[in-house]
Amino acid sequence: MIVGVLKEARAGESRVAATPTTVQQIRTLGYDVVVASGAGAAAGFTDSAYQAAGATIGEAADADVVLGVNAPAPSQLDRVRPEATVIALFAPAFDPGMVEELGRRPFTVLSMDAVPRISRAQSMDVLSSMANIAGYRAVIEAAHEFGRFFTGQVTAAGKVPPAKVLVAGAGVAGLAAIGTAGSLGAIVRATDPRPEVADQVRSLGGEYLSIESPEVEVSKTGYAKEMGDDYKAREVELYAAQCREVDIVITTALIPGRPAPTLITAEMVASMKPGSVIVDMAAANGGNVEGTVKGETTVTENGVTIIGYTDLAGRLPAQASQLYGTNLVSLLKLMTPGKDGSLVLDWDDPVQRSITVVRGGESAWPPPPVQVSAAPAPAPTAAAVEQVKPRKAPATAKQKFGGVALGALALFLAAAFAPAALLPHVTVFVLAIVIGYYVIGHVHHALHTPLMSVTNAISGIIVVGALLQIGHASTAVTVLSSVAILLASINIFGGFAVTRRMLAMFNRS
Amino acid sequence: MSATIAAQAAYLVAALLFILALAGLSKHESARLGNAFGILGMGVALVATIVLALDGDADGAGLGLMAVAMLIGALIGLQRARGVEMTGMPELIALLHSFVGLAAVLVSWNGFLNVEHDPGGHEAELLSGLGTLGIHHAEVFIGLFIGAVTFTGSVVAYLKLAAKIDSKPLVLPGKNALNLGSLVLFLALTVWFVITPELWLLITVTLLALALGWHLVASIGGGDMPVVVSMLNSYSGWAAAASGFLLGNDLLIITGALVGSSGAYLSYIMCRAMNRSFLSVIAGGFGIETPAGSDVDYGEHQETTAQGAAELLGSARSVIITPGYGMAVAQAQYRVAELTSKLRAKGVDVRFGIHPVAGRLPGHMNVLLAEAKVPYDIVLEMDEINDDFAKTDVVLVIGANDTVNPAGAEDPSSPLAGMPVLTVWEAGKVIVFKRSMASGYAGVQNPLFFRENTAMLFGDAKARVEDIVGAL
Repeated sequence: MIVGVLKEARAGESRVAATPTTVQQIRTLGYDVVVASGAGAAAGFTDSAYQAAGATIGEAADADVVLGVNAPAPSQLDRVRPEATVIALFAPAFDPGMVEELGRRPFTVLSMDAVPRISRAQSMDVLSSMANIAGYRAVIEAAHEFGRFFTGQVTAAGKVPPAKVLVAGAGVAGLAAIGTAGSLGAIVRATDPRPEVADQVRSLGGEYLSIESPEVEVSKTGYAKEMGDDYKAREVELYAAQCREVDIVITTALIPGRPAPTLITAEMVASMKPGSVIVDMAAANGGNVEGTVKGETTVTENGVTIIGYTDLAGRLPAQASQLYGTNLVSLLKLMTPGKDGSLVLDWDDPVQRSITVVRGGESAWPPPPVQVSAAPAPAPTAAAVEQVKPRKAPATAKQKFGGVALGALALFLAAAFAPAALLPHVTVFVLAIVIGYYVIGHVHHALHTPLMSVTNAISGIIVVGALLQIGHASTAVTVLSSVAILLASINIFGGFAVTRRMLAMFNRS
Repeated sequence: MSATIAAQAAYLVAALLFILALAGLSKHESARLGNAFGILGMGVALVATIVLALDGDADGAGLGLMAVAMLIGALIGLQRARGVEMTGMPELIALLHSFVGLAAVLVSWNGFLNVEHDPGGHEAELLSGLGTLGIHHAEVFIGLFIGAVTFTGSVVAYLKLAAKIDSKPLVLPGKNALNLGSLVLFLALTVWFVITPELWLLITVTLLALALGWHLVASIGGGDMPVVVSMLNSYSGWAAAASGFLLGNDLLIITGALVGSSGAYLSYIMCRAMNRSFLSVIAGGFGIETPAGSDVDYGEHQETTAQGAAELLGSARSVIITPGYGMAVAQAQYRVAELTSKLRAKGVDVRFGIHPVAGRLPGHMNVLLAEAKVPYDIVLEMDEINDDFAKTDVVLVIGANDTVNPAGAEDPSSPLAGMPVLTVWEAGKVIVFKRSMASGYAGVQNPLFFRENTAMLFGDAKARVEDIVGAL
């Protein structure tokens, strides 16, 4: 089959669905690749680079599998053959008109932005890979507008305080922003309604600001949900306090299928210091900040810059194309089980089912919901838990004392009624057991093996028994004793020698 | 001062030296001194015993035999000790245990031949005069039993460890009944023997004990060998103690009890580390593969290359390596040490996390890493390092499987449930060195391999580590 890589039709789009690197990877799956002329120009990939990677330059829309970044233009879709498959970002969940329009076409349409958030599909999760880039770029854009260093410095020309950055929403984009701002030296704080992200925030060097509310709960879908009134009131308080203090605010709050929630009100913006920068990463969906202008940079009366770019990922075109291209390669890998260049749509696979918008001319949207793997299935586990043996409660002091007393009584009786000749030996025996227990009680784990080989050597002491028996009259006894002496000697000499060898190896750095 | 008194005094000194030896072995700083104390104690004991034997009724021929036997034994022992590979340590130790067991059997047989078989003899008359002839009968029997169980048990452990027989657990129908029945039969035979000390009873109990030892260890899976070896170590001590009772020799009793109780405690530590009941180990009742959870869809694993791993390691600040038996099998410890020193030279903080039951012998991994000159102060045990995984950039899992299985901590229905494991998955990135996707000794699939932050590096551990060192 032939894979075609479209030239993006949308104005201002700089990304491309395949890079020379991913072209090579697609070809190893058995496909031939056709790239539209100039497809990668905006991302810095020349036609000759694609040709060097093994692609031909030609009409991409004629291919069997058509790859794009955005939904192709109607003129491009008109050229696509009926049995072909088109893969791009169609945003079917937000654009019912698009779904309807595609449903009238005879071919199959797969939308990469509908990949479910399950572990297995992570290598195809475009939203994550784009959000990662966008989060990085948001900090870079902010740094570009911000008139000061991010990192604190003490220089001969005076002391520079570090910038304070607030990241609202610790999803993939938010985490990327936290990491980037942190590595530039800023003090980073982050908020998120999902308490489970606190550790992730800290792992990137940020401080997690929690919003204490009974509504706060662990997310089941992996996405944030819209919160109730009590939570919102506390949230407003927190943001109002933070806005007065921080220099840079980056908002990333998006709730699937809804307009973005307003987090930063006009009053909060007005309370910020002049020269502060806000990057509203949710600008495309209405924005988290009052006053954001979609796609533009504006400056408020009090000198706060609000950045509302919607193409943050596209501003790193080579990187974004590479990651998106790799996401596509992962999908093609999944759908090309034979690695023979023929695309197979497996209707039973939840990942492939989820991304299918149109299948052979019939609308398949919306797909059935997919259980996200983050939460384990509770029912069978609960049954299993009951089978697990209840742990014994540790004995109380009273029980312990009773046990020891009972044992002591038993030992007393056993010793008192034992033959008198045995008693001295039993005494020695019992005391030696106790000493053996205590003497190795704190043995270092690393020394288990040497300890074992030394005790092994020591237990060769049985040679003493054999030595004492050797002199006796009977030949059989002498022979048996000799054999025993030989065996025990192997033990003694071998055990000590090997212990020495091992101990000589242990070195301190 | 008679020779007997002098010997007793020497035995006391030897016993104290042995205690010092064990105490010394608990810490790195004093370990070598401890070994020296052990050697000194053994020397004192041997000299005292030879003097005692000379003073007694040993003749020139007996003395000659004694010297020859000791010399041959010493030569064999030293040669084995020098030649053994550190990866072959478990086998050697198991084999040495079997010698103690066999020696105990021979000593007991001698006891029988000296006394019971020779009722008119000097010693028998001495004992009957003291009224302890019955005790002697029982002592012969008990010493023989423990010795024989130790002997065959160790032989089976040796064969399993040396991969000369299949390490899968042997499952006979009603194996617990078999074990318990043997014990009951042994007790009955002991009573019978005390009443009428017949030769055939002794032969019967020898065969019974040999069979029991074989069965006990054969029904334990290869993955549980660390516990088995340390348990056999304990048994060999009890065998020596039983011989001490038989001969009325306090040094044997003390030493045997020391080894026996310390070995038992060591096994107990092992069992706790595997979350298994101590009793079920002694009874040889575990290691059975449970096919639970095999139909769960874990998703797909990701693969990486040596090049990719090298890049990851090169940019990491902290790395923890968790080795397992696979590292020993692949003889990869030298390459791992090389990798470690390379990374440390680059300023990467490299440490090792050792699970208590990694390998086939308690402390096996430590010995291998020490052999390869990895400094011991960066080799930490599970409890010391488990909290640090979350702060670690990269974890290399080299040939370990069950000891890093998240199911132990998270899945209550897993056969590994409750077993403390190294929480490697908390680290930023985990690279698992493995030959294939096969499951570990417990027969349980490992969800770690399918985690998002895990990448598999397939192939021989030694070759792969070498590739990474090359790529660095």
